[in-house]
Amino acid sequence: MALRTYECDGLASYRCTPGVVVLAKTTDDVAYVVSRCAERGIPFVARGSGTGLSGGALPREDGVLIVLSRMNRIVDLAVPDERAVVGPGVINAHLTTAVASDGYYYAPDPSSQQICSIGGNIAENSGGAHCLKYGFTAHHVTGLQVVMPGGSVERFGGLAPDPVGYDVVGALVGSEGTLAVVTEATVRLSRSPQAVQTLLAAFDSIEAAGAAVSAIIAAGVLPAAIEMMDALAIEAAEAAVAPDYPAGAGAVLIVELDGPTCEVEANLADVERLCRQARAYEIRVASNDAERAVIWKGRKSAFAAVGRISPDYIVQDGVIPRTALAQVLAAVEEVATAAGVRVANVFHAGDGNLHPLVLFDESKGETERAETVSNRIIDLCLEHGGSITGEHGVGHDKKLHMGKMFNEIDLDVMQLVRCAFDPDGICNPGKIFPTPRLCGERPGRRSGVHPLQEAGVADVF
Amino acid sequence: MSSDRTVAGVSPARTARPLNLADLTNVMRAAAAAGEVVGVIGGGSKINQGAAPTGLDVLISTASMNRILEHAAGDLVITVQAGAPLADVQRHVASAGQWLALDPPEVGATAGGIVAAAASGPRRLRYGTPRDLLIGLTVVLVDGTVAKSGGKVVKNVAGYDLGKLFTGSFGTLGVIAECTFRLHPLAPARRVVTVATDEPAVAAQRVYASGAVPTAMEWDGATMTAVFESIESAATQQAADVVAVLASTGGEVGEVTDTVPAGFGARPWRPSGYGLKLTHRIGALTEVLAVVRDTLPEAELRAHVGSGVTWLGAAYVETEVIEVLRTALAAYDGGVVVVEAPVELKKQIDVWGPARGIDVMRRIKDQFDPEHRMSPGRFVGGI
Ligand SMILES: Cc1cc2nc3c(=O)[nH]c(=O)nc-3n(C[C@H](O)[C@H](O)[C@H](O)COP(=O)(O)OP(=O)(O)OC[C@H]3O[C@@H](n4cnc5c(N)ncnc54)[C@H](O)[C@@H]3O)c2cc1C
Repeated sequence: MALRTYECDGLASYRCTPGVVVLAKTTDDVAYVVSRCAERGIPFVARGSGTGLSGGALPREDGVLIVLSRMNRIVDLAVPDERAVVGPGVINAHLTTAVASDGYYYAPDPSSQQICSIGGNIAENSGGAHCLKYGFTAHHVTGLQVVMPGGSVERFGGLAPDPVGYDVVGALVGSEGTLAVVTEATVRLSRSPQAVQTLLAAFDSIEAAGAAVSAIIAAGVLPAAIEMMDALAIEAAEAAVAPDYPAGAGAVLIVELDGPTCEVEANLADVERLCRQARAYEIRVASNDAERAVIWKGRKSAFAAVGRISPDYIVQDGVIPRTALAQVLAAVEEVATAAGVRVANVFHAGDGNLHPLVLFDESKGETERAETVSNRIIDLCLEHGGSITGEHGVGHDKKLHMGKMFNEIDLDVMQLVRCAFDPDGICNPGKIFPTPRLCGERPGRRSGVHPLQEAGVADVF
Repeated sequence: MSSDRTVAGVSPARTARPLNLADLTNVMRAAAAAGEVVGVIGGGSKINQGAAPTGLDVLISTASMNRILEHAAGDLVITVQAGAPLADVQRHVASAGQWLALDPPEVGATAGGIVAAAASGPRRLRYGTPRDLLIGLTVVLVDGTVAKSGGKVVKNVAGYDLGKLFTGSFGTLGVIAECTFRLHPLAPARRVVTVATDEPAVAAQRVYASGAVPTAMEWDGATMTAVFESIESAATQQAADVVAVLASTGGEVGEVTDTVPAGFGARPWRPSGYGLKLTHRIGALTEVLAVVRDTLPEAELRAHVGSGVTWLGAAYVETEVIEVLRTALAAYDGGVVVVEAPVELKKQIDVWGPARGIDVMRRIKDQFDPEHRMSPGRFVGGI
């Protein structure tokens, strides 16, 4: 049954068959559907490629699922302006492919870049391995066209910088499809670096690798990427794609440097030295693109790879201050051991974004234990001053953690933003926030005509 | 606090200078109870930017909320009170070999004021603007509600990013109380290349073609200054490469130095003059300069080359000329903001120009400040 295709996103543990699925081809299509929904108070959910890992695109039985993947046209490549205008369904990697020959690329590079959509990236404020140096999706979107939950089409920002007024583009990026449906985006194109160097360093332990990361950052080097994998993650990667990482490693670091050749070469020498000082026992530097691809293959396939060593797994996404890395990972290990489950660690070490993979076997009734460990990891992140999500979003999955990171008032204030866009609560309802809230007068607010307004000095818009 | 402080020419009935977050909350509650119209001032360096408020009962100064709350050096993150002067912040983090990568030219600017005005300087080319570096925020709303968003880690996508909405909001959504920023390592070396040119866009393409990555490229109407900040060897090499490219194309290239020239990044206007901010597609710089030469030949210009922002200064600009420039700039997807102008004139003209998405902005304003008591009239469309 075709509707089943859309019953979940990349997080398959939540499923729901949508009431209606609409495959939109144009902004008008979206505006038409949303207007009809608004008239009748019917909820709708936007969906890109469906690779989200927090159940953000989880549909509703009583609602409409608006699929944007057919709006996949690159509308304009304004290379001299360092901008591209794209439909929301354009696949992330396709944009880079389209501008590579001009010497440009689209910087945000989630591991899912071969399949995820730019609309989905915008909704999730997706990151990637290279966001340590180049920032997240939020730093690369300068304009949006959206269909508002009332059905009107609005534009914010565009090709030029610093549009006047509130930074609505900034508020929309990362709002997980709960404020409006993005139907066109203007994004930055970045100049391809003159040189790229990729280094793989093997260590006996996570602690040693973590010390190398701290030393690199403390030396003032800002690599494009610093990624880490622990022994179990390496084992999985070897089983799946055989990247042939150094045998017996307790952890490997992948460090990528890019920029002007002179800077990259000098930084590379520094990073090699710092890794050796942190007792790296083997260091490989990719000598060409093919070798670079092999190094990255193990990292980029890590999520899927753990499927080779475990029948089931949970992909967790939490953030800690980088300096707490070794401490938190030790605590994670402790929690996992006590619960009798295994945790493989893959993470963006440079910015403290952990992706622990909690391995379990549902057929052996281990699900609950794995979930407990996974939740406990989020608590550990919060206890160390971090965040419940670094890039996968809150979605349906992490709503209940929101109340641990923000208090009721913080959440009420976020709700003000929601009410400005979607007063009737029909745009991807039931996501991000732990308890549904209605839009209306806030308690304790004075109402009535303001004296200034009465005097004709100011108008209430 | 002296009572000569005004907001774009409007004097407050009274001023308040809260000492901390609790104090600020009380001030806001009292103002709410009295139905007073509130304005906010940081260092006052940009207080005349924006439109004049339509009312001002109490002006809140953040001058006494000037502490650095937490500097997590190993994590390259700092949290400060809104009134902390940028200069103090830079001095503090420099001792750890770091800096907050914002360099707006206004002297005396505070962290909160820079965020509220979305102020930027030459190095936005490499590091972006306040929206790109602000990772967490504590605000006090018009009714005294204290709320936070974001956090103390650079990577974080939990909840809506209020920081984006408050950045550049000119005090119209609430009072910024505390800010958390991402920091960057201070580059150990700097090399500065200058080239005489009246075609900065062409010069910039040559810089890029050399493979160098400048942290800033500024044009002052006659000379383009390209700045390279990196480790010693790389800064030197990039500057040498750029000099070679520029010289080979016939440019008049100056001596490479390690300091930026006097007036680097300064705005091109004088007190009591007129100052405009022109925004445009990055690739339209040449066309924009031609438009300005035709419309206002006597104007002084400063361009953030490669960023799509050009500043214009003149002793006098007719109101019609502003409209002519707006129409012209619209063709390059940009606009014209009247930053500096006599207070009387500011009351008569639209200093911001048209804002895309204004209806939604009004709805945001109505949610955060339903009675329009926060800096009313300061912002786009009379918000
Ligand atoms: C193997 C794998 C690796 C991954 N690696 C990374 C990674 O490195 N970094 C990272 O950040 N993420 C990663 N992800 C997560 C995921 O790929 C991203 O969140 C991605 O941005 C989702 O895009 P999508 O098109 O699949 O969106 P979907 O899953 O279809 O939707 C995601 C959310 O966006 C909303 N949405 C989609 N399109 C629109 C639109 N046009 N307008 C409004 N809202 C919209 C949906 O309602 C939903 O809330 C990975 C996922 C997988 C499966």
